[in-house]
Amino acid sequence: MNKKHYEAVVIGGGSAGLSAAIELKKQGVSNIVILEKDGEPGGILEQCIHNGFGLQTFREQLSGPAYAERYIRMAQEAGVEIKLNAMVTKLTSDRRIEYVSAQEGVVDVTADAVILAVGCYERPRGAVNIMGPRCAGVYTAGQAQKYLNMEGYLVGERVFILGSGDIGLIMARRMTLEGAKVLGVAELMPYSNGLPRNMKQCLEDFDIPLYLSHTVTKTYGKERLKALEIQQVDENRRPIPGTEKRFEVDTLLLSVGLIPENHLADACGILMDRATRGPVVDDRYMTSAEGIFACGNGLHVHDLVDFVSLQAARAGEGAARYLRRGSARGESVRVMPGANVGYAVPSVLYPQDAEGDVEVFFRVQKPMDNVSLTLTCGGDTLKSLKKKKMIPSEMERIVLKKDMIAGLSGSVTLSAEEMTK
Amino acid sequence: MQAYYEPMPGETFDVAIIGAGITGTMLAKDLSAYRARILLLDKENDIADGATMANSAIVHAGYDPEDGTLKGLLNVQGARLYESLCRDLQCRYLETGAYIAACGEEEEKHLDILKARADRRQIPCEFVPMEKARSEEPALSDGVTKVLSFPTTAVIYPWQVAHACAQVAVQNGAKVCLNAEVTAIEHADGLYRLRTAKGDFTARCVVNAAGTHAEAVARMVTDEPGFRMTPRKGEYYVLDKDAAFVRHIIFPVPSQEKGKGVLAVPTVYGNTLIGPNSDFVDDMDDPGTSVDGLKYVRDNIGKTLKNVPLNRAIRVFAGVRPTSDRPDFILEEAKGLPGFINAASIESPGLASSPAISRYVIDRLILPRFAFEKNGNAVMTRTAPPVLNEMSVEERNALIAKNPAYGKIICRCETVSEGEIVDAIRAPLGARTVKGVKKRVRPGMGRCQGGFCEPRVVEILARELNVSPLDIVLDGPGSWILEKENR
Repeated sequence: MNKKHYEAVVIGGGSAGLSAAIELKKQGVSNIVILEKDGEPGGILEQCIHNGFGLQTFREQLSGPAYAERYIRMAQEAGVEIKLNAMVTKLTSDRRIEYVSAQEGVVDVTADAVILAVGCYERPRGAVNIMGPRCAGVYTAGQAQKYLNMEGYLVGERVFILGSGDIGLIMARRMTLEGAKVLGVAELMPYSNGLPRNMKQCLEDFDIPLYLSHTVTKTYGKERLKALEIQQVDENRRPIPGTEKRFEVDTLLLSVGLIPENHLADACGILMDRATRGPVVDDRYMTSAEGIFACGNGLHVHDLVDFVSLQAARAGEGAARYLRRGSARGESVRVMPGANVGYAVPSVLYPQDAEGDVEVFFRVQKPMDNVSLTLTCGGDTLKSLKKKKMIPSEMERIVLKKDMIAGLSGSVTLSAEEMTK
Repeated sequence: MQAYYEPMPGETFDVAIIGAGITGTMLAKDLSAYRARILLLDKENDIADGATMANSAIVHAGYDPEDGTLKGLLNVQGARLYESLCRDLQCRYLETGAYIAACGEEEEKHLDILKARADRRQIPCEFVPMEKARSEEPALSDGVTKVLSFPTTAVIYPWQVAHACAQVAVQNGAKVCLNAEVTAIEHADGLYRLRTAKGDFTARCVVNAAGTHAEAVARMVTDEPGFRMTPRKGEYYVLDKDAAFVRHIIFPVPSQEKGKGVLAVPTVYGNTLIGPNSDFVDDMDDPGTSVDGLKYVRDNIGKTLKNVPLNRAIRVFAGVRPTSDRPDFILEEAKGLPGFINAASIESPGLASSPAISRYVIDRLILPRFAFEKNGNAVMTRTAPPVLNEMSVEERNALIAKNPAYGKIICRCETVSEGEIVDAIRAPLGARTVKGVKKRVRPGMGRCQGGFCEPRVVEILARELNVSPLDIVLDGPGSWILEKENR
């Protein structure tokens, strides 16, 4: 049987995997490979043909494929080997990897470092309690996007969208432009889950109504969707009787959340974060399994691909550092999400082994104005920031200086609270 | 294009079976061991699309039905036949064992009744000391006071067994006709003429195994069918494989009013089912899930189990039980209609009983009237197509070397290759729809529910069936997936 050894294996050739691999090469780690399950690198970017990618990274507006193309070219220039149609079927905590490809069959490889850049999947219909028969015409937004942008088929003509996630908003615009009628978007929460720019450019500019605090409660149609009903929900998100509104539609798109694809990490016993549903990582992006790193939407769901690339590069840097000098030493300090903060990544710091500043990414749990953002350790406030406005759909960052980290012990808590005027 | 196993309109048969669920397919398989011309009809676009597709998937050991009933007799017999049957058909059979969990003294008394009944029927069972029960099943709720274990209770994939049975029947020459709803039956000169959506067929013997529609079918030949269908819906959650939290099937103590109650069932593929409720329904064909039904499931599973990870549900579904106003299975010739046999009211434990139901119908009801000879050439086993994630690395590599499509993974959640999907389409009674592929080889059964692989499955189906992707349906005719090409 084939057996091969690499210094580092990157699982996934999307935006995260490409960026991590490029960084590994930059750091002098030469014997690496990307294992990509699809026939081309780029991951989900390939079906995101709208503009808006790369503002942070390249200071210009690119389409998804154009953004991917830049990274693919950089990877090629750096000499990164990418195996396509190579689906990883097994990963163990001692970094043995099994992948399957049509060309090579079942292949076992070992690696000194593994970077998980596996992306995420869309929360499916089953995870949403919509009542009614299991008819055709219900798609996740990304699925409809793939049919339209990759295969060239429109899935329906009269459309309703559940969830105000960004892919749903993008698809509202895209399907409208292709001649479909989008009758509305229902969002369970009293606020939107999409980025403000998508709310404006995809809904408002096309007069597509947004129903906040509403959900789809019923579908009609035995074979293909014929109609659906939405209802307003109370503060406990329960449908309020008497608020039913019916829409005659043949298509329902679901844009109700993304979930990190974590079964490889789960299967090798890596500690998972209940809030992100991705692995817990330290400031080098290493998981609880020695030498296994995580980045991208498989770590936590990002708002912008630019941040995926940025964080993945840090994971690549972390892996390179690990290959040079082993894992971090000394006692660890946990970064805990405090009031109104959903999660923080990375969430493990090593004060005695701090090599530089650490940027912690997080999201707040509700929209807030005039926010005081504080970082505390024990009873001490380490850092305090004022923010005019914070919303759950936008990922936030806070920098912990090297000197500050060096003095930490126990745990630090990141909280966000609205200041009373 | 007509498949070799599809009948010619107007063709005459010895036995026509109406309904290709577990009852009809099992019977078609067993009858195919005789020199009889067999026709298996179903109104749906694929076989076993009714109750057989949506149930708890359990081979009950047979302790539950009362003495003196067909259910009691056939459940015990059927359960004993299942393991070797699944071996012959190369179907999954997993002996998980079952725990019946009693809460309090009243329920414990009921366990004693079940224990005595099981002992009389020689069904293996034992009381499990609570400490051991809790170490085996840490999720047992704090209210559970006594546990009766049935180690031989098993789970199967019911649809797979029905499909395999139909394949065996076809292999022995039986004809199968789908999308062939029977609309009228005429009885003359000892023959039954069935009018169907796919043309007329004639048969000397008709077996009505139409599930929830058994009464409607019987009424096509008689005003007095002798039973009335009162179907009841059952709704379930399906949990992700990673969220497996029980090893045994966990039952509450059964009751007269509520039947077997809300269960947790580890499936043969590692998912967990939580359900069902039991509500009477009007629409026999396509029940949706309901707010109240699923709430009932959520509220009641907590009786026997704690920390049930319902947040890891990947799907909810509902099935309709073919319950009638008669408490027992109905296996009888219709009054005044020689050779017209009702196999109706096959609700739980119908799945477990089905191998014995089939024997009963053949030996007691068909053969005495129609003395079919055994067919010495019949092959009663089935060779299943390769399932790569059940094979060794060497076996997989050998297959991929021969056909690289086995190395091209289409469904990442369930690790299904293109080669396996193509096999599922090309096999006898092969997949014609997205759901058909899903039922046979599982793309779309995993945590993403087809989010990634469905477009690929549509593409493969269109290529293999030589049609446009626009013609590919999810399930029934009319369940189109793609509206139009986007220039």
